[in-house]
Amino acid sequence: MSIDQNKQDDGNKKVVKNLLFVVVGMFGFGFALVPLYDVFCDITGLNGKTGDQYASHEQVQVDTSREIKVEFLANVNAEMPWEFKPLTYSVKVHPGEASRIEYVARNKTDRDIIGQAVPSVSPGIAAAHFQKTECFCFTEQVLKAGEEKIMPVVFMIDPSIDEDVHEVTLSYTFFIKPGSEDASAAKDDKSVIALSTPLAQH
Amino acid sequence: MSAVIEEHHDDHHDHKPTGIGRWLFSTNHKDIGTMYLWFSFAMLFVGGTLALVIRAELFEPGLQFIEPELFNQMTTLHGLIMVFGVIMPAFVGLANWMVPLMIGAPDMALPRMNNWSFWLLPGAFGILISSLIMSLMGMGSAPNFGWTFYAPLSTTYGPDSTDYFIFSVHMMGISSIMGAINIIATIINMRAPGMTYMKMPIFVWTWFITAYLLIAVMPVLAGAVTMMLTDRNFGTSFFSAAGGGDPVLFQHVFWFFGHPEVYIMILPSFGIISQIVPTFSRKKIFGYSSMVYATSSIAFLSFIVWAHHMFTTGMPVATELFFMYATMLIAVPTGVKVFNWVSTMWRGSLSFETPMLFAIAFIFLFTIGGFTGLMLSIVPADFQYHDTYFVVAHFHYVLVTGALYGIFAAVYFWLPKWTGNMYDEGLGKLHFWVSTISVNVLFFPMHFVGLAGMPRRIPDYNMQFAEFNQIASIGAFVFGFAQLILLYNVIKTIRGKATEKATDQVWEGAEGLEWTLPSPAPFHSFTTPPTVK
Repeated sequence: MSIDQNKQDDGNKKVVKNLLFVVVGMFGFGFALVPLYDVFCDITGLNGKTGDQYASHEQVQVDTSREIKVEFLANVNAEMPWEFKPLTYSVKVHPGEASRIEYVARNKTDRDIIGQAVPSVSPGIAAAHFQKTECFCFTEQVLKAGEEKIMPVVFMIDPSIDEDVHEVTLSYTFFIKPGSEDASAAKDDKSVIALSTPLAQH
Repeated sequence: MSAVIEEHHDDHHDHKPTGIGRWLFSTNHKDIGTMYLWFSFAMLFVGGTLALVIRAELFEPGLQFIEPELFNQMTTLHGLIMVFGVIMPAFVGLANWMVPLMIGAPDMALPRMNNWSFWLLPGAFGILISSLIMSLMGMGSAPNFGWTFYAPLSTTYGPDSTDYFIFSVHMMGISSIMGAINIIATIINMRAPGMTYMKMPIFVWTWFITAYLLIAVMPVLAGAVTMMLTDRNFGTSFFSAAGGGDPVLFQHVFWFFGHPEVYIMILPSFGIISQIVPTFSRKKIFGYSSMVYATSSIAFLSFIVWAHHMFTTGMPVATELFFMYATMLIAVPTGVKVFNWVSTMWRGSLSFETPMLFAIAFIFLFTIGGFTGLMLSIVPADFQYHDTYFVVAHFHYVLVTGALYGIFAAVYFWLPKWTGNMYDEGLGKLHFWVSTISVNVLFFPMHFVGLAGMPRRIPDYNMQFAEFNQIASIGAFVFGFAQLILLYNVIKTIRGKATEKATDQVWEGAEGLEWTLPSPAPFHSFTTPPTVK
């Protein structure tokens, strides 16, 4: 009986040990989903994530037989006090042709703020074909108190884009760089926004 | 010295510890199972009360009783309590009681861990419910973001009590993981001689597979709430676009846990029905091995369908198609199970005691819930159904008339074995008929208002939905109060004065090791293992 008991205790210890490995592994897997998700979005162009700065060594043939309308949107995150809008709301371009448009941002506050713009392209299938050779979103932007700045974007739509795409929307959202403001001022702002936002929505 | 005392202790077979210590320090699988079941029963009334507040508010369009803020807290806590506080603990309680009896083991493999996994639960729910009590006392809001706690509602906009919620979910997760490890260790190591895997009762099989699902996905849930915790308090940006994160990522992590979770809440019920239908058909179950393989396939498929909860988040068509077809595939093993139950009844010598009535209602009503699930899996249709009352109708058919009916059936089926007394069959049948009629009055009209476009989680609605909502609310109150019949019946059976004694076999057609023991099952059973031929 006691020999059986020992055998069973050993068996239980083995099962518990193995299962605890699974538990720890799956806890890790939950966190591994974070980079996996980013990789998946990069490959598929999901979420309208566009690529980094485009540098092509080949001459791209302009496809004059097609015309695509590109629309421009500008947003600021709830915590960002800048004014931000495109100077051109839409342009018509041929695939392969480089175009330049401009956005303008103004810091309405009396303090210096660092911002980062995050681009997004819709529809998702166009995202991987939307190439930017120059963009204010590649680096952080600094606006001094009250400063206004014109910010250009140079882009090209790759001719390999799906034939069914006739309209593409490029949207930027400006986020405040965390910790770029005076800490106490930022905190005050945040609490006011957190209280007012749900009410402001409806 | 202590070894000597323990030897001595073992000699007295039915010596029970007394007083509060019996329960606080219990390592006995039957006592712990009982505590799980009573805990779940208590939570059923708490969660049910919240549901009745919701249905009272929705009786008429416009705002009657509660403010929208409180309504959101009601839907959130109703969902969390019913999922984590009622269905899951009830299943663990049934596993504690029945798995050792069914496989001929003296107790669970890890009795002290068993005690701990139960006693974490009252703490976890104490914390969660305290947030609602504080909210009612005017001290901030309870969690108000829905039981799915999507970011950024739960991160950027979550009330302070969200951190209570996170801690509570961590504790529930630890409890579930320990419970699952215990069940797997028991099933692997403590089967009676001759009880091969393919001779195990189906209930044991379904719990074996469920326990693996729990171990695989509860840590992912723990990871999700940990990310929320650090996003809220330690400056990370897993789910915040402002810092390079993505709120949609939350939905992927959550539903990677969430979809296996819905099978965790139904597989043990499949097992219960697979015990009850053969008993009252007086036949062996039809297609035993296909039942085992079907359960395993459902468990496997549950890991590759999670994104069907997120069709409207903007996925590539190819991804949507993959998740649509994978989801539809689940209908195949589920269909196998339903056909097997029906084939078991075919030409059986049927009798309709309360457990069998609940089992038959389960098969019929769960299948309705399964079919609406199939409708929801179709991508273009889902764009219309998403976040409407059609979804609410769907998951209440599978969770109330599915999971909960399975638990009701199990309680009536095994109560005579637990208490040694037969329950009052008349009251049982009354409970069945009142519940089954009212539950359909409650949930069936939700299909119609959902298809017509009524959104979920909103305290007010368009006038055109008023009639169906009133019907649903009437059904809700009848269904809610009908559960008091069950409570009364259970207490009456435990007291046992007005009921007849149960025989060892209890049911004429019952087969299996648990029915070879006396009724009530002795405090310590199978100290020498039985032999299974």
